[in-house]
Amino acid sequence: MIAIIDYGAGNLFSVKNALEYIQLPYLITNQAEDLQQADALILPGVGAFPYAMKMLNQTGLVDVILEQVKNKPLLGICLGMQMLFEESHEFECCRGLGLISGTVDGIQTSYKIPHMGWNQLHLSQPENPLLHGISEQDCVYFVHSYMAYTDNNNVAACCDYGITIPALVNRGNVYGAQFHPEKSGEVGLQILRNFGGLIK
Amino acid sequence: MLTKRIIPCLDVKNGKVVKGINFVGIKEVGDPVECAAMYQEQGADEIVFLDITATHEGRGTILDIVEKTAKKVFVPLTVGGGINTIEDVKNTLRAGADKVSINSAAVKNPDFIKQAADQFGTQCVVVAIDVKRVDGHFHVVVHGGRIDTGLNAIEWAKQAVALGAGEILLTSMDTDGTKNGFDHELLNAVCQQVQVPVIASGGCGTLEHFSQVFEQTPADAALAASLFHYRELTVGQVKQHLNQHQISVRLSR
Repeated sequence: MIAIIDYGAGNLFSVKNALEYIQLPYLITNQAEDLQQADALILPGVGAFPYAMKMLNQTGLVDVILEQVKNKPLLGICLGMQMLFEESHEFECCRGLGLISGTVDGIQTSYKIPHMGWNQLHLSQPENPLLHGISEQDCVYFVHSYMAYTDNNNVAACCDYGITIPALVNRGNVYGAQFHPEKSGEVGLQILRNFGGLIK
Repeated sequence: MLTKRIIPCLDVKNGKVVKGINFVGIKEVGDPVECAAMYQEQGADEIVFLDITATHEGRGTILDIVEKTAKKVFVPLTVGGGINTIEDVKNTLRAGADKVSINSAAVKNPDFIKQAADQFGTQCVVVAIDVKRVDGHFHVVVHGGRIDTGLNAIEWAKQAVALGAGEILLTSMDTDGTKNGFDHELLNAVCQQVQVPVIASGGCGTLEHFSQVFEQTPADAALAASLFHYRELTVGQVKQHLNQHQISVRLSR
């Protein structure tokens, strides 16, 4: 069972719909014991970083998440991906979960902000388990104004928007998608299936 | 590279997809959930439901349609028509929509854009602007083109973005239904003044109209309804055509 972490700042329903469609068992929850019993965790997220971190901290689940990722996969989606990093500079300096080294800051580009729409993936680590069945230039759907600045070793796939934007990051059990796999058609569903495939 | 989006629009009335010509002479063409799934299959980048009569006859079954669609369609869904209150925005997003499109309610109360953007994020607030030339000026019209507000469309687009519109859905009532091509003059005028994505709407009739709008204006997306409904063209054909013209699109798989 995959626990979708419900902390009041995530677009849970589209993630739920996608998991239902690909027949992966899930539970929407804010209970520590559910996270402990789950085989994998999904951290969704929309909105602003400081508010989302505040909401997540209020659930008291941060320590549980940090403990659970030692032996089970976690996928952060969009803002949930950004929350995996050490800190963000959206509005104010705010600490993240610190599961992957790096920071979150505005997209430095001459193109329109937000970066919204379907962008092509460039696979820097094509052998990454989440990229099984995904090809160079497959498109996924992005909506964001901030991005992760992190070591290339943590980036499994990126996209070009006048600047190279990390699209899929990975460090050990921890995965993060800057795009919305639940809104990225068949490519996104395949990435979610791949995540489901990580469950031991 | 960010791709240009092709967006089929489903005009929905009483739970059925319809499409009119200049918003009169409406004909029914099918079940919205099935149509949306078919468009996803064809490679649609996004799907818009417009509850076209909602401003006059009240909200119908649109939330139920959105909920059913969101269970089998995994591309962004936008819902417009009769989004008048923050409660409408909330209910529509909860039903599974990713964005709401606000039209007359924003004209009536511009602060509504700001309230919606503050609460739900600019990314889910699309401001739809219907435009008609009046004495050589671009005027905002509402209620399916029946009422001329006298507002300058370019100024209104700028104001909408300043208030928090994340995207502009720009429909030319002069070209809508004519199949003579998108309104490039209007699109260029608005794109020059706003920094958010602009969706071109109204007037496409051929494959060339799609390549022309992306070659001759900075529009980010093109929307069409009747062309796709009556199966004169498929989304896939449009994308193949754009690809042949070296316009970057998402080719479905």
